[in-house]
Amino acid sequence: MSIEKNQVKKVAKLSRISLDENKVESLSKDLNSIINFVEQLNKLDTKDTKPLSSVIDKTLEPRNDKVNDGKIKDEILKNSPDKNEDFFIVPKVIE
Amino acid sequence: MSDLNKSTLLEIINLIKLKKISSLEITNHFIKNIEKSKNLNCFITTCFEKTIKSAKDFDAKKDFSGLLSGVPLAVKDLFCTKNTKTTAGSKILSNFIPTYESTVTDNLWSEGAILLGKLNCDEFAMGSSNETSFFGNTINPVGKNLVPGGSSGGSASALAANLTPATIGTDTGGSIRQPASFTGTVGLKPTYGLCSRWGIVAFASSLDQAGPMTKNVEDCALLLEAMSGYDEKDSTSINKKKENYSKNLNPKINGLKIGIPKEYRVENMPKEIDGLWKKGIDILKNSGAKIIDISLPHTKYALPTYYIVAPAEASSNLARYDGIKFGYRSIKGKNLIEMYENTRGEGFGDEVKRRVLIGTYVLSSGYYDAYYLKAQKVRRLIKNDFDKCFKGVDAILTPSTPSSAFKIGEKSNDPISMYLNDIFTVPVNLAGIPAISIPAGHDSKGYPLGLQLISKALDEQKILNLAFAMEKSIDFKQSFNRWWE
Repeated sequence: MSIEKNQVKKVAKLSRISLDENKVESLSKDLNSIINFVEQLNKLDTKDTKPLSSVIDKTLEPRNDKVNDGKIKDEILKNSPDKNEDFFIVPKVIE
Repeated sequence: MSDLNKSTLLEIINLIKLKKISSLEITNHFIKNIEKSKNLNCFITTCFEKTIKSAKDFDAKKDFSGLLSGVPLAVKDLFCTKNTKTTAGSKILSNFIPTYESTVTDNLWSEGAILLGKLNCDEFAMGSSNETSFFGNTINPVGKNLVPGGSSGGSASALAANLTPATIGTDTGGSIRQPASFTGTVGLKPTYGLCSRWGIVAFASSLDQAGPMTKNVEDCALLLEAMSGYDEKDSTSINKKKENYSKNLNPKINGLKIGIPKEYRVENMPKEIDGLWKKGIDILKNSGAKIIDISLPHTKYALPTYYIVAPAEASSNLARYDGIKFGYRSIKGKNLIEMYENTRGEGFGDEVKRRVLIGTYVLSSGYYDAYYLKAQKVRRLIKNDFDKCFKGVDAILTPSTPSSAFKIGEKSNDPISMYLNDIFTVPVNLAGIPAISIPAGHDSKGYPLGLQLISKALDEQKILNLAFAMEKSIDFKQSFNRWWE
């Protein structure tokens, strides 16, 4: 399988990453070589194999639903590139 | 003071405990080394004022109860440090000052250690040469134009060049063991879940583990002891009693069974590496271990599996960099979506973009089963290989890397040739088991090479003991004329 240039642009859109038009060509070459490389896996029969998503062999335990911090509004806002009192500022969303 | 450059972590701790040197004196020694070694570009951030203040505080209090009493330590810039900039080697985090401390670094400070600075690494730990860092290449003290490996390249170089007495890194596919091998140092990737991931900038959450990087095996055992432990803030943290790795370190390995996997004898492997591997086998034999040929049949599928699983997890983890709550924000863009796209387009480097795009592709509708699910199934086959082998052997011996350190720029234009560097280290991450790389010799160019010992989950003591025994026989020596100063 190969990834066409317009597919690279689509995936970039899904990933919310702007791409320089002049980089799309080399990027699609790189992505194709990676995809070709990982397609070796198709040689293996995995019909009867269960997927492994975590090596930790336990179900995650629920923790007690109790407040363990709070009143850290200033800390949370501290690293924001644009803020105003209690809010993060973002470009206009609704026309 | 020149002897201090030969001192191990343990020796420095003892000097401090015996009051032969103060924390401030040893701290000043390392600060001086760091200031003279800017050419290596090991550090992204230093915080000497804070470091000196902490050392003075330690000397005033004289509390020697911690494992790392009064020792200054630099750490990979992937660990969040409260009020000290944490960049993960990325432009997108170049102004990020955490308001909290990672559990692992917090453990170090609780044991009496002092933060010396933050070490360069590949951007978001994605790389095997430190060349993807936004803050420039780190140079390997072994040679002017050599990469230190990656992603914990700044950590490895700083340790080898004596800019820190020990350090910590993270290992998602070999990022501790490969740079350790390239710089003639010791690096251990613990069992998944042994060290808390809380407060470490996430790359691939099912693979990421923090671990120690040190000058010798004793230091490694001590630092692992200090940094590991259960943490309720990490849902995959293993809840078990803390081990005394350093106290229980024992070079008697009589009767242990060591597996030699035939699949690690790869094509085009330099003769020197094969020779070193044989030397390692002989050392173990002479120490009374039993050598057994084993097979890990799915080894060659580990890298392709990794390059689906890791980018998939990375693409999800890196979705948080949106230019709103923290980090870099682009000033370009008419609306919210354009702001996201420009922020991430300008903020991420090429390798990070490649991996986020691959990850998004393999997770996208119509491709999920063919790639991601397939890789998760092969991951189970790889883990099953190890599980089966560990029924018959105590540990596995392999080379750490298929080559010694390469030149800057040598592999940066071909992602696959760069990825192949991790061929011996990646299977361990996929299986969640521990492995240690120890320096084992030099190649014809005089560059260090490492051997890797692997065990089943939570058997760190066993590979530490084996490494300890091998280290005594190998007697690896490395010294520099400090050409970079």
